[in-house]
Amino acid sequence: MVILDVQNIEKHFGATKVLEDISFSLEEGQALAIIGSSGSGKTTLLRCLNFLETPDRGRILVNGEKLFDAADPATQRESEVRKKRLHFGMVFQSFHLFPQYTALQNVTLAKELLSQERPDFKANKKVILEEIRAEGLSLLDQMGLSERAGHYPHQLSGGQQQRVAIARALAMRPDILCFDEPTSALDPELTGEVLRVIRGLAEQKTTMVIVTHEMAFARDVADQVIFMDSGVIVEQGPARAVIEHPREERTRQFLARYAGQ
Amino acid sequence: MFFTSQEFQTVAAALNSGFLKTLQLFFITLVGAIPLGLVISFGSMSRFAPLRWLTRTVVWVIRGTPLVLQIIALFYVPGMKDLFTWPSGETGRMTAVCVAFVFNYACYFSEIYRGGIQGVPVGQQEAGLVLGMTKSQIFFKVTLLQMVKRIVPPMSNEIITLVKDTSLARVIALQEVIWMGESFMKGNQGYSGLVWPLFFTAVYYLVFSGVVTVLLGRLEKKLEFFR
Repeated sequence: MVILDVQNIEKHFGATKVLEDISFSLEEGQALAIIGSSGSGKTTLLRCLNFLETPDRGRILVNGEKLFDAADPATQRESEVRKKRLHFGMVFQSFHLFPQYTALQNVTLAKELLSQERPDFKANKKVILEEIRAEGLSLLDQMGLSERAGHYPHQLSGGQQQRVAIARALAMRPDILCFDEPTSALDPELTGEVLRVIRGLAEQKTTMVIVTHEMAFARDVADQVIFMDSGVIVEQGPARAVIEHPREERTRQFLARYAGQ
Repeated sequence: MFFTSQEFQTVAAALNSGFLKTLQLFFITLVGAIPLGLVISFGSMSRFAPLRWLTRTVVWVIRGTPLVLQIIALFYVPGMKDLFTWPSGETGRMTAVCVAFVFNYACYFSEIYRGGIQGVPVGQQEAGLVLGMTKSQIFFKVTLLQMVKRIVPPMSNEIITLVKDTSLARVIALQEVIWMGESFMKGNQGYSGLVWPLFFTAVYYLVFSGVVTVLLGRLEKKLEFFR
């Protein structure tokens, strides 16, 4: 079943066109890797999905519901955008954990704030907060971080911080989890632990969109791959086929640069 | 024994009452300038260009001219130009001086706040947004404490400076502690030609700025639990 349907997205920054006619769809439970050189528009595309950028053209549908339509201002109302963002989770390249909160608090904060809007919050406050806490702990456990729940971000390694960030995104139970180069800010010896966690999520059939420079990882973990260059999709298809047997010359040249690694 | 002498008792009582005024001016300035500074900093970051430039020009003028000049102008000019008159006597002097101090310090604070707010990485805001937080939740639950942590050291500097700047009120003869100390050189309550009271005022400043330094240092320590 198609969960995400992106249609003809276009985005300009001033006179520069950063995304042009981007269309793709994603099946529920599948992982999509987006590859391409720096400045090809990968990150901007993810930011469009998370409503951090507003596309100039195109539509974004999740589960058949039209979340965004550049031609329909009603889909861009601030109050509704907030709720729509929750369809997507986002893991940033440089984590962006909240420094004044512990790992557990980072995971539970947004959920706690959201639960205050529940009509039964006042009556069941204790139970609700305890539930959120237990869920946060179990997510950290799933990330292999149960020992680190009470640590502040600066007391954690980069790999641990990124795993907390993944738990934080999962806590909101997004339909689609987005990763923006999740290992690019990490020391090489720390990328493995983060990639392992993402691989685990793929095995559990988490729907994911992953912008990455790790070609072997994209080939092995992703179901689909999109190769972008200069704001357009050059090639897309099953991950193994695109990465091992690219059809387009530009894809071949790009992949050749990674071949030695 | 000098400290039990009539001279010391008289001078100390006068200096104490002067110091009470110093303290008053200090706290009124803080209570007024801390929130006013925030308003001014929002003005200087406004997306509405005319407001932004107006605010920045005012801040430039206030920070670019001596506080003494501002006190003198604010106290004398309104009466001379028939704009309005300050209440008579000490009340009037205190009111005028407080207005000048609050406004002057608010301008300094506003620039510190601006640095503090703009110094919080934009990624913090975005992380809050993608988690479905509202703008005000992000400000109060995420940004504010990080901003406070950033501004405590520069604010401490300004506040220590304020301790000593209160003495500038002497220029319009507000009877704060320096004015009192000086009065015993010129003649006050039967004493004149005394030099030590003026220097003794330094003890008040040293003790007070010492206490302020310790308190602000503790606040800074308290915020060290995160980076």
